[in-house]
Amino acid sequence: MLKMQNVSKIYRTDLIETHALRNLSVEVSAGEFVAVSGPSGSGKTTFLNIAGLLEEFEAGTYHLDGEDVSRLSDNQRSRLRNEKIGFIFQSFNLIPDLDVFDNVDVPLRYRRLRAADRRERITNALELVGLASRMKHMPSQLSGGQQQRVAIARAIAGDPAFLLADEPTGNLDSLMARQVMDLLEQINDMGTTIVLVTHDPELARRAHRNVHIVDGQVSDLMIQGPRSTTGGGSGAEGAFEAQPA
Amino acid sequence: MIGYYIRLALKSFRRTCGLTLLMGASIALGIAVSVATVSVYHLLAGNPIWWKNDRLYAVTMDNWPPRAMLPSPPPGVDLALGPSQLTYQDAMHLFASAIPARKVVMYKTRGVLSGGTARKLPLRAIARVTSADFFAMFDVPFLYGTGWNAAADRAPKPIIVLSKEENQKLFGGEDSVGRTIRWNDREFRVVGVLDDWLPRPKFYDINNGPVLPPEDAYIPWGWGATLELPTAGDVECLTLGSLKTFRDFLNSECNWIQMWVELPRRSQRERMETLMNAYWSDQHTRSRFTAPRNNHLTNVADWLAEHQVLGDDEHLLLIFGFAFFAVCVVNVVGLVLAKFLGRAGTSGLRRALGANRGHIIVQHITETAVLALGAALVGLALAEGCMWVLARGIALVNSNGTEAAAHMHFDMWSFLWATSLALVAAVAAGLYPAWRVARLPPASYLKSQ
Repeated sequence: MLKMQNVSKIYRTDLIETHALRNLSVEVSAGEFVAVSGPSGSGKTTFLNIAGLLEEFEAGTYHLDGEDVSRLSDNQRSRLRNEKIGFIFQSFNLIPDLDVFDNVDVPLRYRRLRAADRRERITNALELVGLASRMKHMPSQLSGGQQQRVAIARAIAGDPAFLLADEPTGNLDSLMARQVMDLLEQINDMGTTIVLVTHDPELARRAHRNVHIVDGQVSDLMIQGPRSTTGGGSGAEGAFEAQPA
Repeated sequence: MIGYYIRLALKSFRRTCGLTLLMGASIALGIAVSVATVSVYHLLAGNPIWWKNDRLYAVTMDNWPPRAMLPSPPPGVDLALGPSQLTYQDAMHLFASAIPARKVVMYKTRGVLSGGTARKLPLRAIARVTSADFFAMFDVPFLYGTGWNAAADRAPKPIIVLSKEENQKLFGGEDSVGRTIRWNDREFRVVGVLDDWLPRPKFYDINNGPVLPPEDAYIPWGWGATLELPTAGDVECLTLGSLKTFRDFLNSECNWIQMWVELPRRSQRERMETLMNAYWSDQHTRSRFTAPRNNHLTNVADWLAEHQVLGDDEHLLLIFGFAFFAVCVVNVVGLVLAKFLGRAGTSGLRRALGANRGHIIVQHITETAVLALGAALVGLALAEGCMWVLARGIALVNSNGTEAAAHMHFDMWSFLWATSLALVAAVAAGLYPAWRVARLPPASYLKSQ
């Protein structure tokens, strides 16, 4: 599904060069639930942005669903983002002018689907997250947890191959965080690959695997069983490579 | 998708009401000023019969004395062109020629119309005393009936054609063909009523008010001499003889007759020139036409240019109008850029969710286009107001201005101009900001959204 090999990313200003990622290699198989953790500034978000085709990289290769993304034009990357990737952000990133229905509709608009198809997908997605009755509500009328569930509905409405979640519970209390994680697990059970960036070790333990990034490199990884709450486990699936710290 | 973008645009306007009003007002003002100036320019500058420009010719012959014998002319008068009208005798001689496909001699006169069913009081009116070909030559449209033929000119028959406005006043706009009215103290039978017709400028009688509307009525040429109808137009008399009677006036060297010919083929034009030259030679031997030969057959476009219907003032006015519009658009570019960059986060989010740069650009251009088209409607209303003020000003300072003022308003041409300017404004004001926003790296703005 997702295969990065020796990917490097450098941010340059007039004075400074920042190596956000150094020869990072990560592989995620279809259907996996992978948690990516690391200290602040370690490169987790950069990894996520590159994985989501939001940023380009200087070196290495990145294959998404078998396609080498480094050769893609901007339009092709946009199309791939729209069709294969769903994003969930820490700050929800709902558009305040649009109601719940229209927010979930945003990615579908760029797919040239018929109105009836879009409506069906939006309804199904909102039903899955339990907010079908709030279609006409504005984001300001929803709680934080509800807003994040709308964001999840938006991410899955297009039936993407995988979800990228950047600290999806960072702005939520523990109860709402658990609800959101339950929802992500449910989505993963339905076959969607999930890559989750989180600071929270409790949440990380709920993933199949944990990839730890430090200073732009994968420094450690832990294989654990599916949805283990104790942190250990066996039977992990998928392959990966790690560069020593 | 365009419908979706329009919906997003309207939501955006609601969210930033003040800024939207400011941008809209700027565009509206720019459009109002430029449409008003273009409308005035169009009123004065257009060739209203451009499709016949290569077959209609004004006939002029120079009966003035040699220029050295003349005093200095007033400013703006070019003696080299010679008179722009003919004497009666010259017009009658040339009119007898069978060379032109069509020909017209004419002048305007003042009088009183009475006897209509919709009005008891008499109306002061301007009539054009003209030969029959006037209507066909100048493609004058008829609402009811038709004009007349050459036989009616010769007789002359007591028949009359009314303008649409005059027919409205006299007969309530109904079909008045066959009805009888009085011109001064003589009865005339209505044979035709014109449809809407407003050549701008009034090229066929440039001397007597190029911005004035056409006449109220038209009567056959023969009535001019028969009833001794005085001219209400310009009379150029550089050599004065005895002018005690109307017959004296007809035989004088005064220039007051407008003559036009229709010469579809080059050979006809050459023959007409030969005729005029031969006539000049003959009259020269009879001690007329003492100045060097100065005969002209002038097409409509050259006629308007020679008589400076468009002065430098009108050109400057046009330049000013567009310059003002450009300044307004430049002002709006800055406001649009600030607005679009202010919501770069939303654009970044859309990019993350699958919009490509083209989607973002089209979305933003659509927003500026909706704004500009709305501003164009307001601008048109403002332009109409500007024209109304301008028309009242002309009416105050010009004795004929009241008639001109009645016709100074914008038309379909102005509407098309306003729409085109709005679209230009939309692209000019929105393209750069839209391009800037579309090129922003979406990841930079997602965390701050």
